[in-house]
Order: sequence, then C-alpha cells, then structure tokens
Amino acid sequence: MNELLLGLADDELVIGWRDSEWTGIAPMLEEDVAFSSIAQNEIGHARAVYELLTDDADALAFDRPLGEYRCAPLVELRLLDWAHTIARRWLYEEADRIRIAALMDDADPAVAGLAAKIDREEVYHRMHADMWHERLRGEPRFRDAVADLWPYALGVLPPEQRAELAARVRLEEVEAIGRGTHTPELAELWDEMTSVRRSAPAGAQW
Amino acid sequence: MNEIWEVFRQERRGQPFEHAGSVVAPDAGFAETWAREQYGRRGESVALWLVPRDAIHVVEQWADEFDLKYRRVDGYSIKVRLKEARERASARSG
Amino acid sequence: MAAVEVPRDEQAFLEYVQAGGRVEAGDRLPEDYRAKLIKFIEMHGNSELMGVLPEREWILRAPTLQRKLALTAKVQDEVGHAQLIYRVVEDLGKPREQCLADLISGKSKFHNVFHYPTSTWGDVGVIAWLVDAAAIVSQKALLKCSYAPYARIMKKICWEESFHILHGRDVILALVTGTPAQFELVQEALNRWWQPLMQFHGNPIPAGEDPMYLWRIKSQGNEEARQQFLEGYVPQIRELGLTVPDPKLRRRDDGVWEYTEPDWDELRHVVTGHGPMTEERLAFRRRFLEQEQWVRDAVLAA
Repeated sequence: MNELLLGLADDELVIGWRDSEWTGIAPMLEEDVAFSSIAQNEIGHARAVYELLTDDADALAFDRPLGEYRCAPLVELRLLDWAHTIARRWLYEEADRIRIAALMDDADPAVAGLAAKIDREEVYHRMHADMWHERLRGEPRFRDAVADLWPYALGVLPPEQRAELAARVRLEEVEAIGRGTHTPELAELWDEMTSVRRSAPAGAQW
Repeated sequence: MNEIWEVFRQERRGQPFEHAGSVVAPDAGFAETWAREQYGRRGESVALWLVPRDAIHVVEQWADEFDLKYRRVDGYSIKVRLKEARERASARSG
Repeated sequence: MAAVEVPRDEQAFLEYVQAGGRVEAGDRLPEDYRAKLIKFIEMHGNSELMGVLPEREWILRAPTLQRKLALTAKVQDEVGHAQLIYRVVEDLGKPREQCLADLISGKSKFHNVFHYPTSTWGDVGVIAWLVDAAAIVSQKALLKCSYAPYARIMKKICWEESFHILHGRDVILALVTGTPAQFELVQEALNRWWQPLMQFHGNPIPAGEDPMYLWRIKSQGNEEARQQFLEGYVPQIRELGLTVPDPKLRRRDDGVWEYTEPDWDELRHVVTGHGPMTEERLAFRRRFLEQEQWVRDAVLAA
C-alpha cells in the first residue's frame, strides 16, 4: 500500500480527531464553530484518501492494529491548550502545503486531482492559521509552543522536504521527530476512537 | 477592540442580501473567518457582506401627517369610470 | 434607536404583544418583560452550550467516518446556536462574559436533559432523535416570540435541528436493524431517557398562569408542547418495536395522551444544579474558560 498516501490519510484522520476534541471548549464561540469545520475537513480528507486506497474506508481508518498506522508523531500529541493547538495547526498546514504541492504533480491523475481538491480547501485552513499566528506571535506561550512542536513538525515531511519547511516558517532546521515510532498518546487515542466500533462484531452496521 | 459585525447573506446569485445575524470579532479577518463558518458551512450562502454595527445608520421615524395615497396603487379606483367609458364606447359604435 | 409603535404603558404593551405585536432590541420594554426575556433566552443559550458536553465524548468514539462527521457537525451546530442566542442576550444588555460567568458559578440554569450522563452509543441516537425532537417542538413555538430578534434566530436554529433529528433517527435505525445487542442498546438508552424527556417541557402550569406565555415570549403552554411531542414521536418509537417504559402511556379517543405523572420535584432538584453530572460538567467548562482567558485577552487587545 502506498506509504506516502497512507501517511497523509492517517495524519489527517488523527489531527482531525485531535482538533475535534475542541468542539464545545474553544476560547470563543465563533472560533469553536470555525475550528470544528477545520476538524471535519481533515476527517473528510482522510476519508477521500482512504477511498483511493481501499473500498472500505472505515475498515482502513479504524480496524488496523496500532503498529500499522503511518501517522507522524506531531498529530498524535494530546494538546489541550490553545497555544499548542494553534501552533500545531500553523506548523501542520505549512508542512502539509509542501506535501500536497508535491502530490499535485503526481503521475496518477486520481492522486493529483484529489491533492488539488484538498489544497483548495486548505487555503482556508491556512488563512485561519495565519490569522491566529499573526495575533499570537508576540505571546511567549505561543512562541514556546512552536519551539516545542518544531522537531515534530519537521517529522511530518520526508527529509528532502524539510529545508523548504524551515525556510517557509523561518526557523532553523533541527533534528526531526519523524514517523516510525508511535507515541503512547496514539495508543490512548486509538483505544477511545475504536471503543464503540470494537463493541460489536466486525462488519456490524452503525 | 472587539466589535460587533453584522452579517448579510445572499442565498443564491441574483437574490437580495438579507440580514442573518452578527459575530463579535476584533477585525475584518477574524470576522470573515468566523462568519464564513457560522453562515456558510453548509454551502447555504454564495456571498456575505460584513459590516461593523457602528457603520450602520438606522432610520426608523417618518412623518405620517397627510394623505399620501396618490403615490400608491391603492390610491386609485378606476372601476366605475372604466365601466362608464366602455359603455359609452360601445354606444358610439353600436 | 427610537421606538415607533410600541406602547409605553405596561398594560398597553401586554395587549400589544398578545395581539401579535413584535418588538425589537431598541424598543422601550417593560422591566419585567426585559428581565424575563433575558432569563429565558439565557437559559436556552446555556442549554445549547451544556448540551455539547455529553455529546462531545461520542464524537471521539464514533464508529464510522460518516457518523463522526455527522456528530461533529451536529455538536458544532449547538455551539453555533449558543453563539446566536448569547448575541441576542448581549443586545438586550447582558454581556456574554457575564452569562458564562453566571453559568459556571451555578447562578443561572440550563435544561434538565443536559444534567444526565451518557453511557452508550444508544444514548447518542436517542439524544439526537428524541431530545432534539422535544426541543424542536418548543423551538417551533418560539418562531412566534414577541421579541423579534429571538424569533429570527429561531428560524436558523429550527432549520439546523431538522438535520439533527434525521441524523438521530438514522443512528437509531442502524442499531435497531443491526444485532440483537445493538437493538438492546437503544431500548436501554430509551429506558433511561424517558423520564427526563417527559420532564423536558416543564410542569403543566396552565398557559394563562405562565408569565412567559402572557408576555408571548412562549406561544404555547408546557402541556401543549408535551402533547405535541408525544403525538409526533410515540408512534415513531413504537413502530420500531421499541417499548416506551411507561405502562400508563396511552392515547385517549379525544387525542390526548395520558401518562404517569413525572416527578416534578426531581425536575426542580436537577435544574437547580443537583443533577448527576451538573458539577462535573460545570467544572469542565470552568476549567477551559479559565485556561483560555489569556486567548480572549490577546484577541481583544488592539
């Protein structure tokens, strides 16, 4: 199975799951509504990519053993504070832009077409992240959060794309925390994410 | 400073913009991002106008002293005269 | 903003609204009307916001991608409703920060149903279908509220709630046509939610004695709302083979539904802040509100 695409889909699934944790508890109601749309979009992207890879997107999304997920550690982290959440949003969208741009040139028209669709939607995610970045860049909390997450953000991309990310966000490239080893947080997330699904036999309808 | 932004939405091209509600936001950027989702996440609007509440000039009082019916359709009753005109015309040609 | 036709005298105002007259934010409102309006609308906003918490957990556990999207969208709508509602309250003179402070301190109230725990995916279906159905009965009546800004937001709210009910019914239908264990999940959830549903519309104070009705803030009495709910939804529940856990529930020949009288003391006890989940949910809200005060301060600064 295409590792790059699976990594993209798993990233979108898990960051969408993490972002959906903010539904109802974001700092202001207007932001709560907007942020929830972003989370839904990410899940929608995950689904669309899974559907390129399989007939049963739900099975691929939920029924694999933990070790078969290909998400980057960045998205697995539980970040229930706004500074880290927004820092992650901003860094992730910057990394994703690079990844998606490469996929838009893919030889497979289905992949290139889907990447273009995702990119058109993520224009709005980037607007949102840039707006918050602009507003919070002076806050020490936010700067510290970006510093915390920077090694993880680099790990979203393969080594050859990391210099471009560093240039875009104007940070020095450091050693990345990349794919391969999952965080303990992913195990907790997976457990909760699949708890209802596992309560019925495989193939049960919901 | 946070201000109240009134949101007007257009449901389909060609239709009037109608007042839909308001968002509280510090600037046009936040107002746009937030209004997009509150009033368009279902694709229910093709366009939005965002206007700071302070920019809206409210008009609510009118003088209502004299008969203005001559400016309106309900100020005219042509039935009787029309009937008479038709009767005279048919008498002439008759 | 100066009023045009709204009478200033309280008795004349009462007659004006009872004859179907509407008022706007800038009109001169009798103090009692304004106070009752704020309290009523604020409680609605609080309820939307607190209603998010029981459902939120299940977003994270949704068993398919479609259900996850649908449930997230539904809960997003509830937050959106809270935003619409608190804006109306703010334009009546009570700032949002004050509403939220009164909510988390326990000073103001929210509807009974949101004080109860959710235990299974069956609850997700029952809440989206039947709790939202009970709410939409009241909300449709509020389309005629004498206070026009509130009536106007009710239009968007009712439109969005209609999706929720369909989503809820779809979740229930998947379960009742699934495994026997899944059917039981629904029946068990229904058993737990029936009493709060019966209490939802409030005790049967006659409309003529209900100040909310007299001011035409509400346009129907509590019992009328409950009867509408039963008439619309008991047949839908029964046609799926589910049992409503009230042996006395029956529809008379004259169309009136009879039922076991709900425990009104319990309702009062719950809405005054003593429900099984009240403290925990308010504490959760308080935690995030306080934690993110710095964000609001940062965004507010020029």
